[in-house]
Amino acid sequence: MFLLAALSLAGMTVLAFHVGRRRALSKAGGRWGSLRSLPTQYGYFVALWTALPASIAALAWGTLGQRALPWAAENGLDARIPGLVLLLSTACAGLAWAAAKVEPSFPARESTERIIRILLFLSSGVAILTTIGIVLSLLFEALRFFALVSPVEFFTGLSWSPQTSLRSDQVGSSGAFGAVPVFTGTLLITLVAMSVSIPIGLLAAIYLGEYASPRVRSVVKPLLEILAGVPTVVYGFFAALSVAPMIRRFGESVGLDVSSESALAAGLVMGVMIIPFISSLSDDAIAAVPRAMRDGSLALGATRSETVKKVLLPAALPGIVGAILMAVSRAIGETMIVVMAAGLAARLTANPLSAVTTVTAQIVTLLIGDQEFDSAKTLAAFALGLTLLVLTLGINLIALETVRRFREQYE
Amino acid sequence: MTRSVEPSAPPTADPHEEEPNGARATTTVGEPRARVRAIGLNVFYGEKQALFGIDLAIPPNQVTALIGPSGCGKSTFLRCVNRMNDVIPTCRTTGRIELDGADLNSPSIDVVQLRAEVGMVFQRPNPFPKSIYDNVAYGPRIHGLAETRAELDDIVMGSLERAGLLKEVEDRLTEPGTSLSGGQQQRLCIARAIAVKPRVILMDEPCSALDPIATARIEELIDELRESYTIIMVTHSMQQAARISQRTAFFHLGRIIEEGETEQIFTDPHEERTQDYITGRFG
Repeated sequence: MFLLAALSLAGMTVLAFHVGRRRALSKAGGRWGSLRSLPTQYGYFVALWTALPASIAALAWGTLGQRALPWAAENGLDARIPGLVLLLSTACAGLAWAAAKVEPSFPARESTERIIRILLFLSSGVAILTTIGIVLSLLFEALRFFALVSPVEFFTGLSWSPQTSLRSDQVGSSGAFGAVPVFTGTLLITLVAMSVSIPIGLLAAIYLGEYASPRVRSVVKPLLEILAGVPTVVYGFFAALSVAPMIRRFGESVGLDVSSESALAAGLVMGVMIIPFISSLSDDAIAAVPRAMRDGSLALGATRSETVKKVLLPAALPGIVGAILMAVSRAIGETMIVVMAAGLAARLTANPLSAVTTVTAQIVTLLIGDQEFDSAKTLAAFALGLTLLVLTLGINLIALETVRRFREQYE
Repeated sequence: MTRSVEPSAPPTADPHEEEPNGARATTTVGEPRARVRAIGLNVFYGEKQALFGIDLAIPPNQVTALIGPSGCGKSTFLRCVNRMNDVIPTCRTTGRIELDGADLNSPSIDVVQLRAEVGMVFQRPNPFPKSIYDNVAYGPRIHGLAETRAELDDIVMGSLERAGLLKEVEDRLTEPGTSLSGGQQQRLCIARAIAVKPRVILMDEPCSALDPIATARIEELIDELRESYTIIMVTHSMQQAARISQRTAFFHLGRIIEEGETEQIFTDPHEERTQDYITGRFG
């Protein structure tokens, strides 16, 4: 039925295009010069007026039309028939209305372009509206959480054990919702990841941009970018099954106590995941420094490395800082690797060898399984999510602002 | 500091002649004294030959103008003198080019030192995104020319003074070099080049991005600078070449068609093609 509706609408749109075009031609009596727009533009105008209102009507029926279902069932009708009728009649009405407007003096091109502009505007609005929707839904759930647990406890409490009882006589009925250990876990893993990815990514960018021969560059750069396409869950396996045991064995051999899930393992692998991010963006920033700067420095007798250190890096610094900040917000929001390799123990520690938990890993565990969305336990996930969102949005804003300033410099 | 490019020219009043005379002089008796000399110089970009057997002697303390239509090899020649062509991976040079008798393409030449001896000013002003002071101090710092801050200050102020920029920027040395006007930026680039005390200054159309007033200012400056430096300048302006150069070389299709005293080239050229070019009949 859906297929039939889509096909018939497509057919009607094609038909409408020809109707509009033919009509314009016949009204013009074969003399194009008397038309204000090209014949095809009349065709597009009629086609758009046929397809768009009908699509909107179909969407409206899809979301609101279910209310008519019981009534249709009572009267022994197929509920889908009225929908199809509505679609086709709207399409016909649109076609007839638009075709009637086709006159040689009618500005079809301008009208079509206005419709297209509105469509483009709506498309750009979708992402923004979705973001607002996400923030609002998080906000309302988080507010419900803060009605149960005070924000002071959430933001300053040092103990996290989000277990609440179903019945009041159960043991451990009062959970602890101090989010500080969770956020320090995120911070610790992000720090480890950044201390891997910033130096390696930056050095790789410098090598690729300034030293690598075109042949090496043409091989290495795509390889690095493939690294960015590896699914994070695969990095998760790698962290949990290869890196974590390796670190543990290494730790044991030098007499250190390493837990089998450690912040170090998760952070290292996350760092590797972020390398292409930093190297690619920094490479762009360095490449954006004008050729004249390099030449000016080299012509003064500076070596390549002096040129990189004293001219290129300072000039590209805002872009590099932007790249790093975006990578940080990525690391903070990363979920799969930490779920698989960092552990779940909310521990307030700065020791990267111990297991820690992160905001994202906690959100996942809080919401997995059969849960009622009215206990403080599940609602805590939304409070965590909201805080995380505000944090990464803030970092991204700073990053975009730094990159914007950088762009102005050479224009 | 040690300099790997030793001058071997006879002593003159030139301020750069404090080094002892080298024994590597290749200049034979009878030839005119030359600071830069090209002998049968060929340059290739990949398969394409850009310069064909260039022979050119550039005397010290004069302005030598290189003229010719676009793509004739003037800038390529210029970039041979400080080996900036090395930056282009496909570029290959044969033949000989000398600075005070030392072969610039010999493996014993340290490019870094060479570029301290041969400064360059580019077509578009290209100050670094640093302060005015740091722009000028850049060269002296990387070459270790100043041991103390006071010495560095002296070099920077002296260079700005010689470039005729000091009065305009005296009280704003910490502002970025890019905040200056185009003409001031170009004089800053000249100050930056002379701060490392080069013997030769290469200028690749230094005024082509400037307005007539800034151009006049730079031309005046070039005329003053030739007392202490040897200047090789590429220009597309015949008037400019006639105004400020003592010698002119006319390049066409990678060859030197004619070179000599500027006055002779512009008033009594031996070659018809030179005549045609300077009167604007082609190019």
